[in-house]
Amino acid sequence: MSARVLPWCLLLALAWGARAEIPLAERRSGYLDMGQATRAMQDDDATNPATLWVLDGEALWARKAGSAALACADCHQDLRGVAARHPAYDAATGRLVNLEQRINQCRTVRQQAPALAYESRALLALTAYVGRQSRGMPIQVEASERTKPFLEAGRATFLRRQGQLNLACTQCHDERAGRRLAGVAIPQGHPTAYPIYRLEWQGVGSLHRRLRNCMIGIRAEPYALGAPEYVELELYLMWRARDMPLESPGVRP
Amino acid sequence: MARVVVTVPDRARRGEILQIRTLAGHDMETGFRHTQTGERIPRDIITRFACSYNGVEVFSADLHPAMAANPLIEFTTVATESGTLEFRWTGDNGYSAAHSVSIRVD
Amino acid sequence: MTTRRRFLLLAGGAVASAAAQAQLPPNIAALRQAALQEAVRQVTGGAPVRPGRVKLELPPLVDNGNAVPLAVEVESPMTAADHVAAIHVFTEKNPQPRVVSARLGPRAGRARIATRARIADSGAVLAIAQMSDGSFWSDSVSVVVTLSACLEDGLI
Repeated sequence: MSARVLPWCLLLALAWGARAEIPLAERRSGYLDMGQATRAMQDDDATNPATLWVLDGEALWARKAGSAALACADCHQDLRGVAARHPAYDAATGRLVNLEQRINQCRTVRQQAPALAYESRALLALTAYVGRQSRGMPIQVEASERTKPFLEAGRATFLRRQGQLNLACTQCHDERAGRRLAGVAIPQGHPTAYPIYRLEWQGVGSLHRRLRNCMIGIRAEPYALGAPEYVELELYLMWRARDMPLESPGVRP
Repeated sequence: MARVVVTVPDRARRGEILQIRTLAGHDMETGFRHTQTGERIPRDIITRFACSYNGVEVFSADLHPAMAANPLIEFTTVATESGTLEFRWTGDNGYSAAHSVSIRVD
Repeated sequence: MTTRRRFLLLAGGAVASAAAQAQLPPNIAALRQAALQEAVRQVTGGAPVRPGRVKLELPPLVDNGNAVPLAVEVESPMTAADHVAAIHVFTEKNPQPRVVSARLGPRAGRARIATRARIADSGAVLAIAQMSDGSFWSDSVSVVVTLSACLEDGLI
């Protein structure tokens, strides 16, 4: 599909200033930075706490909703690959949408039901269920002329120093990934497993929640959940993790 | 919704040891946390889990606040006869969850 | 230009300030030891507890104290005459010492349970097995608990 082919000029533009970027062959999922016991927790659906959310999502998927009395299952049969290619360009609106926004788009426009709030049990259950269907598939978000502005905005956020600690994402997650901070290995920060059951949260949460944690951690004013800045950053992070297999829903410390 | 996940083989040979793994969706509020204004958040946990095999209790556990949220309990029981394994969780504030699984023992 | 030393000091300070909020009594370690001894005594009725026959498995370095996988396995033929009646797990440094008490019996086939515990701080975890003949056996493991680097509630 021609829209997905990376034009030469875009490749060059994105490569510019990439001196600190991790070489593609050296990328590793945060899964490898965890202890063996936590990895075992993720590997088995019988012990992965996120399975509770996946099952809730499966039930919600089949339930009729809204004044249109439509269930997700009424229109969507095969979900494989969907989570692996979001955030995606929405041709109808000319905007970038992530999986949560895509689900809410269907809810409000097609099901005529109210949108689900970020981090609500229902939305997390649905993204866990949809994410699960893409487990094992390579991350493949669109990098083309039409997504270029969003990718560049996301990359700019990744490289920008922020907060009272005046840190940019790249300083920890490109330059110092693998080194230890407060006893814990710094991961490269690839969004390979979202939504995740985070042991720190004792529950499932989205990438935006995790990004808010990061910004609070460097004493920066975090953006609102679902903010365009986060969706653009999400696109850049998914592009940075291109071809890595999706593990959703994963477990992380 | 009291969501639980139970993983147990649906078929076994007589005398075989069944490995049973259960997960229950529950925050397991310890009672030791405080709000930002200093008020203690009351305890709200699952306090008991039990497994019955054709009506006979074969395993039970008393849970305390030190159990992690969304508690996992793994245990074993011998496959004695075909029938039903029933799992029950009870806890604070009237929490109750149940699940049953049919098992065929040859 | 932020030097590496300054970066680590700032990050360490961010973590320490979040942890130093609670007002704990100065003899908290002694209080918790006493609570642990009392909890063990309630289970054993004062009977002697011997180290052995019990194997407590825990990761030596835990990713997060909120969910620490643990397993307890006890050597036992699990017959009607000779079996494990109960397995009790305790911690040394939690606000209260008990974790779980599981009742087994000959129908278990094997004396092994696994679960996930909350462990507040680096210290000992204790597993006690109660045998059908009334004897008590134990195993103890020390774990190191680290914090996540970026705490969500850090602003407060």
